[in-house]
Formats: sequence, C-alpha cells, structure tokens
Amino acid sequence: MKKSLPAVLICALLLLWEACVRMLHIPLYVLPAPTQVIAALIGDAPTLAHHAFISLAEALLGMGISLALALVLGVLMDAFPTFKRCVYPILVITQTVPMIVLAPIFIIYMGFGLAPKILTVTMMCFFPIAVSFADGMAEVDADYVNLLRTYGASRLQLYTLAKMPASLPSLLSGLKVAATYSVSGAVVGEWIASQAGLGYYLLRVKNAYMLDKVFACVLVIILLSLAMNGLIRLMQRVLTPQTHMTNEKNV
Amino acid sequence: MIPKLEVQGLSFSYGSREVLRDLSFSVMPQEFVSILGASGGGKSTILNLLSGSLTPDAGEMRVDGAPFTGVSGHFAYMPQSDLLFSWQTILENVCLYGRIHGRYREAIEEAKPRFAEFGLAGCESLYPASLSGGMRQRAAFLRTSLCSADILLLDEPFGALDVISRGDMQEWLLSMRKRLSRTALLVTHDVDEAIYLSNRILILGGSPAHIVREFTIAEPNRTREWLFDQGALRGEIYRCIKGEG
Repeated sequence: MKKSLPAVLICALLLLWEACVRMLHIPLYVLPAPTQVIAALIGDAPTLAHHAFISLAEALLGMGISLALALVLGVLMDAFPTFKRCVYPILVITQTVPMIVLAPIFIIYMGFGLAPKILTVTMMCFFPIAVSFADGMAEVDADYVNLLRTYGASRLQLYTLAKMPASLPSLLSGLKVAATYSVSGAVVGEWIASQAGLGYYLLRVKNAYMLDKVFACVLVIILLSLAMNGLIRLMQRVLTPQTHMTNEKNV
Repeated sequence: MIPKLEVQGLSFSYGSREVLRDLSFSVMPQEFVSILGASGGGKSTILNLLSGSLTPDAGEMRVDGAPFTGVSGHFAYMPQSDLLFSWQTILENVCLYGRIHGRYREAIEEAKPRFAEFGLAGCESLYPASLSGGMRQRAAFLRTSLCSADILLLDEPFGALDVISRGDMQEWLLSMRKRLSRTALLVTHDVDEAIYLSNRILILGGSPAHIVREFTIAEPNRTREWLFDQGALRGEIYRCIKGEG
C-alpha cells in the first residue's frame, strides 16, 4: 500500500489537472489537458522518437566521456595531492558558470554539430562523477592499503585491488546524479543551436504555441532521464553483487 | 640455533613522542611468542615496524640471521580488524596474497581444501557481510596462513569479538598452531589469551616502551581448566604490566 501511494497521488493530480482544464475551458496554448498531451505524444511519436534518439546519443556519449575523464582525473588527484590542490578549485569554478552561458560559446568554437552538445553534457556530468570518485578513494580505510603493502602490492595494485573497487559505490552515486543531468545537458545544448534533438523539437513547438507537444516532449525528457538513472541502477546491481546477495544468503 | 626473528636495539618515535627505545627480543623457529602490554603502549607499532608499514629510527631486525628493512615478504600480517574486502567473495579474499604475486589460480587450488579445516566449508562464494564475526576472523586467518611468508604477525586478532566467540577462536587457534607449524608473534592485552596460546610471553612496559620481563610457558597440554589454575602466573604478569613487578 505504501509503495503505491506516490502513484495514487500522481493519478489524483492528473485527474485534477484534467478536470480543471475541461471545466475552466483553458485553451490549448495556455495549458493542455493530460489527455491532450498523451494524444500529442502518440500522434507525434515517430518525430519525437527520432529527436529523442539524437538527444540520448549525445547524453550517453557525454556520460561516457565524463566517466573516462573522471576515472583518470580521480586517480591522479588521489595519487598526487599537489595535483588535486591545483585542479580541484578549477573544477569547482567550472560548476559556478551557468551552462546556458557556456553552451553558446561551445557552439561558436565547435559549430552546430554533435560536438558542442556532447561537451555541454560532459561539463554537466563530469563534476559529480569526478568528485564522488575522488572522495570515495580518499575515504578508503588506510588499514586496507597498509595490509596490501605488507603483502607486497605495487602502487597500481593498491588502486586496482582496493581503492577503485572500494570507491565504486561512491562512483555509482555520482553517476546516478550525472545520469539525470545528462539528458537535460543535451537538451540545453540543442536549445541554443541545433538541427535535431529534443531541445530543437522543444524550441520549434514552443514557438508555434503547440503546448500539448511541448508537454509531450517534457514527458519524453523525464522518461529518458529516468531510463538513464535506471541504467545506472542496473550497473550498480551488476557491479556490486555483494549488496544484493548478502541479504539472500545470510549464514 | 639461529633465531627465526631477531630484533636488536629498535627505537621509534611518532614525531616528538618516543614510543619504543632499545627494544630487543628474539623468536625461535616455530615458536609462538606473545607481546603483552597496556593499550597504547607500542605493541602494534612493533608489528608495523616488522611488516614494513613504519620505518625504525634505530636498531636492526633480522630473519634467519639476515638483516632486512621495509616490506620484506618474511611476514604474514593479520590486523585486529579482519579487513576482508566487502566486494570480494571469501574465496577471492583469502587468495589475495596469491593474486598480488601472480599466483591466483594456484592460491585457489591451495585454499579450497582448507576451508573445512578453518570451519568455513560452503562459504567460498559468500560475501563477508554474510558471515559472523568469528567466521570473518577465521577467513582473515586463512588469508594470512596462505601467505608464503613464514612468520605470522597477529595484532590482537580476536580483539573485536565478544567473549564467547573470542574463547572459541582461542581454542581453534590453539588446535591450529601445531598444524600450521609457523613462527608466530602475537600482540595482545589479554593476559589469559597470551598464557593459553604462547610458548613465551614478553612484557612490554615503560615509556618509551621496552621488554621489561619474559615468561616461558612450558605446558604442552593446555585446557581451559589448566588456564583457570594459572592464577599465580596471571597475577605476576598483571603486576608486571602495571609496573609493580
């Protein structure tokens, strides 16, 4: 019963929304009813799917690049404290500049193709992944590292056997945050200037006051973000089996 | 006979705080020696110096008569906490030493038959969080015993266990001692544990710490009843630790 409460609440809000739009005769260009949004979603499904595929590709590529960069930078920051002291403030500064300001600059430098959108996603996703990974490694109990040292482990083995696996839960937490940012990042990049993607679609239908399609597009963005989050949860299940198996096999 | 392990004039300071000064002792081959002392007295520091985690300020350490420094490969170290990797199965955990030294498959073959001996039969594919405290300690001990090093350094290995589990583990270690046939150096603050398990007890005292007295325990057949009868010895050791002996 408790698990179904959010679903019940959402259904109730949707019903209220539908009732208000119908009873108050709110025009489509002001607020579409949920049924109109669903109709737009079904009617424009092929176009939305085309644009969603492009946004998803940008989001996945941006996430992949962010992850690779975060892994390298995270290890370097952990291994060389001086490097961390130099780089960390720069990372923080990059997060203080609004992406809506940076995205046009990327387009000026990189054109209208995929590259500036991927870079926008990377800029949004990199920070939470890198910081959570570096913090995870810094928090590894020194006794584990000492034990490996007394066993004759090399510096590389300290990372591959202890530090990196131990920080995996932190890394996955960072990835979950980044996954929800990734689709938004792609849409922001497309919104500024593009010829395809959900941001481009959103801008086009907004300018035409087709608010049912705007809401349908927002719904697709939400679903994609949730799917990205679900993908990370799936990764978590595969990569940290101990957290799931422990409860099933208690001795 | 040449001692298996010999420590001569060892000194160590944490910054300006001198912890050990002119520490000397030796351990004969296959001997089980305990270092007893008050908490914070420098017992674990001795094991950290031997295992190479710390570097001594002065003194010499020798194994089989040959001096060594840093991480030497002579020692298999078992800390107070089991330090099992939560993301690895028990089998993967106990084969850690083999994995580090590129002999992972051989380590697995060697480890599998020993699970029953260590009371861990059927636990190979479980994760550490599934095991009780005593089982985790036995897994950690199996990992330590699978190191090719011939001297075991045991740093209060049962300190984190409750009284009952601790007693069970002491019984188990006593039974395993002969079968392992390794030289062992145990650090503990539990007087009964030291009496029950050791051939020799070294009392660490003073500040900076050094060996203040040595007790030899010759009894070959030890039981709990025998241990309960060691009141006089227990009292003498206790007074020695308190600096009254």
